[in-house]
Amino acid sequence: MKRLGLIVLACALALSALWAQSPANPRLKLATTTSTEQSGLLSAILPAFEKETGYKVDVIAVGTGASLKIGEKGDCDVVLVHARALEDAFMAAGFGADRKDVMYNDFVVLGPASDPAGMSKAKTALDAFALIAKAQAGFVSRGDNSGTDVKEKEIWKAAALAPKGVAWYKEAGQGMSQVIVMAEQMGAYTLADRATWLAMKDKSKLAILNQGDKILFNPYGIITVSPAKWPQSNYAGALALMNWITGPRGQALISAYKIGGEQCFYLY
Amino acid sequence: MREAFRLLFGGDAETWGIVTRSLGFSLFSTIFSTLPGIAVGMALASRDFPGRRALAAVVNALTALPTVVIGLLVYSLISRSGPFGSLGFLYVPAGVVAGQSVLAFPIVASLTYAGLSKLDPRFAETLVTLGAGPYARMLATLREAKVVLVAAIVSAFGRVTGEVGVCMMLGGNIRFSTRTMTTAIALDAGKGEFERAISLGLVLLIIALAVNLALHAMTPREA
Repeated sequence: MKRLGLIVLACALALSALWAQSPANPRLKLATTTSTEQSGLLSAILPAFEKETGYKVDVIAVGTGASLKIGEKGDCDVVLVHARALEDAFMAAGFGADRKDVMYNDFVVLGPASDPAGMSKAKTALDAFALIAKAQAGFVSRGDNSGTDVKEKEIWKAAALAPKGVAWYKEAGQGMSQVIVMAEQMGAYTLADRATWLAMKDKSKLAILNQGDKILFNPYGIITVSPAKWPQSNYAGALALMNWITGPRGQALISAYKIGGEQCFYLY
Repeated sequence: MREAFRLLFGGDAETWGIVTRSLGFSLFSTIFSTLPGIAVGMALASRDFPGRRALAAVVNALTALPTVVIGLLVYSLISRSGPFGSLGFLYVPAGVVAGQSVLAFPIVASLTYAGLSKLDPRFAETLVTLGAGPYARMLATLREAKVVLVAAIVSAFGRVTGEVGVCMMLGGNIRFSTRTMTTAIALDAGKGEFERAISLGLVLLIIALAVNLALHAMTPREA
């Protein structure tokens, strides 16, 4: 009887040691922009996080605006997005607990190689957009309040243009790679983040027709959903992912991630 | 096309994971909708009560409800900010099964009702004459109409296996967790990667054919 008690105790100790290694709540929901998923970045780096910490990350790839809404309603634990103005509003409204910069790259203006709008001569992104509007060449917009969509609207506004409801301006309401495919099929222009473009370019007939303007800067941030607003959220896990992805291990894996030899995301 | 066959018959783990997951979700949601569906269908067919015709009309109308509307409805219920938020069902398999059960329920109910209404009315009368109690009458009816019931269940299974709206909205298309055949096809086609989409499309085609052949085989010849 005494021996049985000892065995039970030993088993309990062994189990509790196992538990100590794996987190109390290992499921973690990450809502994110489509670019981090469709570029292949998350499937390249998250397995390392999962292995090192014992968390299991469920990725919901829906676009920045939708990700922040999901966070607002408490349906995810952490968001990885790229629209600074929306992120700041999210923090100011108290929906987020912590926010950190993760990485950056840039947006590129894509279009058919024949370039019907003649925008390859444009110096700035504003010139390029103005030429598309002037030629009334087709343009496919994300139209989904994603980070890319927010940036695109910002450029139109800076160029003092507001294409809405005109035949050449098509709001797709789809993810980035879907929109690249649509633009190719329609022979139209579009704005894309560089990472998704790198993942798509071997299959696409589109080409980069404008890049390098300062307005095309594309920073990504990570935000933990406020545990004060949503006590059920996995705040410990969210914080672990934030610290890992902005820490040496995550940052090294991000800068090492390449598609066709080209780096997709850069570190601060 | 060759790549599609390779994924399917070469035993690609992720592709087959998606197939078995999809079938699992459909199986569970069909099971969960079977009891309430048959109960409501039987109630509608077996006795008259106030509002019976209205209820029958509502159940029939629900079978035509678009999956995205069901998705939206269940989403608003199981979101953390909704009334059942504490369950934590959104973006997990349980949420998909819940939504698909809501989708399958009116199909089972209306097909059960339609099938039972076609039973010979003398059947019920005979049972009464033979002095069968309500419980025995119910069992006898179920036995008599088992083909109808199985057909209703198989139809519901076929419907939930092929739907995309509920899976996408409630599951979030999470890899290795809630990605089903239909949401994977939507994702792959959007990315211009058609190989896996085609292989999953083939599986769905085979399931649709199997379901319809099964239904055909079950339908009595004279009907």
